[in-house]
Amino acid sequence: MNSPLDILTLQPPEPPARPALPFDVRRIRADFPILGQQVQGQPLVYLDNGATAQKPRAVIDALSHYYTDQNANVHRGVHHLSQIATDVYEAARRKVATFINAASDREIIFVRGTTEGINLIAQTFGREQIGEGDEIIITEMEHHSNIVPWWMLCREKGAKLRVIPMNDRGELCMDTYQTLFSPHTKLVSIVHISNVLGTVNPVEEIVQIAHAHGVPVHIDGAQAVPHQRVDVRALGCEFYTFSGHKMFAPTGIGVLYGCETYLDAMPPYQGGGSMIQSVDFDNITYGNTPNKFEAGTPNIAGSIGLGTAIDYLNSIDFDGAAKYETNLLEYAHDALRGVPDLKLIGTAERKVGVLSFTLSDIHPHDVGTILDQAGVAVRAGHHCAQPIMKHYDIPAATRASLAFYNTREDIDALVSGLHSVRKIFG
Amino acid sequence: MSDLRELYQQLILDHNKNPRNFRVLDPADRFAEGDNPLCGDKVEVYLQLEGDRIKDIGFQGSGCAISKASASLMTETIKGKTLGEAETYFKDFQAMLTDPSSNLDLDQMGKLFVFSGVRDYPTRIKCATLSWHALRAAINNVQTPITTER
Ligand SMILES: Cc1ncc(COP(=O)(O)O)c(C=O)c1O
Repeated sequence: MNSPLDILTLQPPEPPARPALPFDVRRIRADFPILGQQVQGQPLVYLDNGATAQKPRAVIDALSHYYTDQNANVHRGVHHLSQIATDVYEAARRKVATFINAASDREIIFVRGTTEGINLIAQTFGREQIGEGDEIIITEMEHHSNIVPWWMLCREKGAKLRVIPMNDRGELCMDTYQTLFSPHTKLVSIVHISNVLGTVNPVEEIVQIAHAHGVPVHIDGAQAVPHQRVDVRALGCEFYTFSGHKMFAPTGIGVLYGCETYLDAMPPYQGGGSMIQSVDFDNITYGNTPNKFEAGTPNIAGSIGLGTAIDYLNSIDFDGAAKYETNLLEYAHDALRGVPDLKLIGTAERKVGVLSFTLSDIHPHDVGTILDQAGVAVRAGHHCAQPIMKHYDIPAATRASLAFYNTREDIDALVSGLHSVRKIFG
Repeated sequence: MSDLRELYQQLILDHNKNPRNFRVLDPADRFAEGDNPLCGDKVEVYLQLEGDRIKDIGFQGSGCAISKASASLMTETIKGKTLGEAETYFKDFQAMLTDPSSNLDLDQMGKLFVFSGVRDYPTRIKCATLSWHALRAAINNVQTPITTER
């Protein structure tokens, strides 16, 4: 039987992209319609990109185009529209594979987001490979989505979590990491870039050490893909997960990358349509990777939106954008250091544009509400990373998180809002 | 910023900084915990009763200025009242923040009136009501921590 992938490989390759113009934030901002908005009578200053990023017009238009001209179910109709929908869905898979340099399209599983990707690994690989007395290594700086699925699995199986601690700058203690391995270690699951601290973890080294112990590695890339190029083969990890909505694509679509040998050996995830080869009441045979992991009608529009977001990133001089962001982060660090009684949480040597902080003993909710009145959107709370809050002995923090469309004026608005906070709280 | 002065009135800032009745009562006749998992606000309410009357009340917890000041002013208001009166205050406070159509006599609210501005900040209403929910749980002897999220 021909799989849709075979059909696609017969299609002509896409024309090479035009070389991108050098990064220019003014031009980039014009691509994001929402940034022109006013909030509380002030121009929107969107500094909550770690929670979700805004969408370029190309992505918004792609969704509209799909529903206007292409909508049908995938992998099941013989009719014209069904073929188009299948083609664009599988083309999106190919774009993702190229974007993260996977060896094959078959290594890309579409899921709802990072959270579902991690749960998928826990429910398939985890439930089959991890048993009583086994151990999973995570870090102190994980998002709850890279703690809870493993904790649940450990409860079910009688397995244990081992945690790599971090120092007060928010960097992993690599010496301790080495000592956490035992013959029972079955998986290392770590965050690439912390959503609270901005720390870029030394994932290459973490993978090498794990491999030296014969242990596979999952990397939570939710905060990495919007900020830097990711090459899963260079990293050498077995699994990599991320969410579309944090990289300028729609909500409800995300990716689990798994290296083919692992995916092929894993049992399916959910049961249903599309993931089977044949069904009768005595015997069921499952389909192949990636279909085996994609039961039911997938998020077709979301995948197209994700593919379009990747096209967009490829069209804008992404490396230039990353450099611009690094400069902006330095500017922001300096500006925030000038605010009295402000304490930055997360000062790692290698970090991206995430600025978490406390402001004397003023609660982050109050900070967030007052900033909102100035049109400045930040996140206040525990950021789904309570162990980090515990490390710094704080109940919550305020977080400004950058994207390449933010400007120095945005940072200035943040700082001026923080001065208002201090004034109100005397 | 004039709107913000409405929200962060001097009385609220004062009770945030110097919360009244901010202590554990030991022994307590009644006790309850409240929790807002979305933002991590926590409050514990302790009651000492004399028959039907709240002889003493204390609270502990951590949270934003709105939640702390609300708990503090709640304890001031409720101390010495009967359980029935406390219940009426709970309902009125709730109505003041969430029901614009209620024909509540705002003069009756006394100092609690400073929280009427919170109505205009929907994301903050739970901060103001958390301690009141915990009070009610204490009165009703609810053993498990109550939460603002279902
Ligand atoms: C580091 C990290 N991991 C995982 C997640 C979960 O992503 P999602 O909610 O899109 O599944 C997030 C989202 O905040 C995150 O920042």
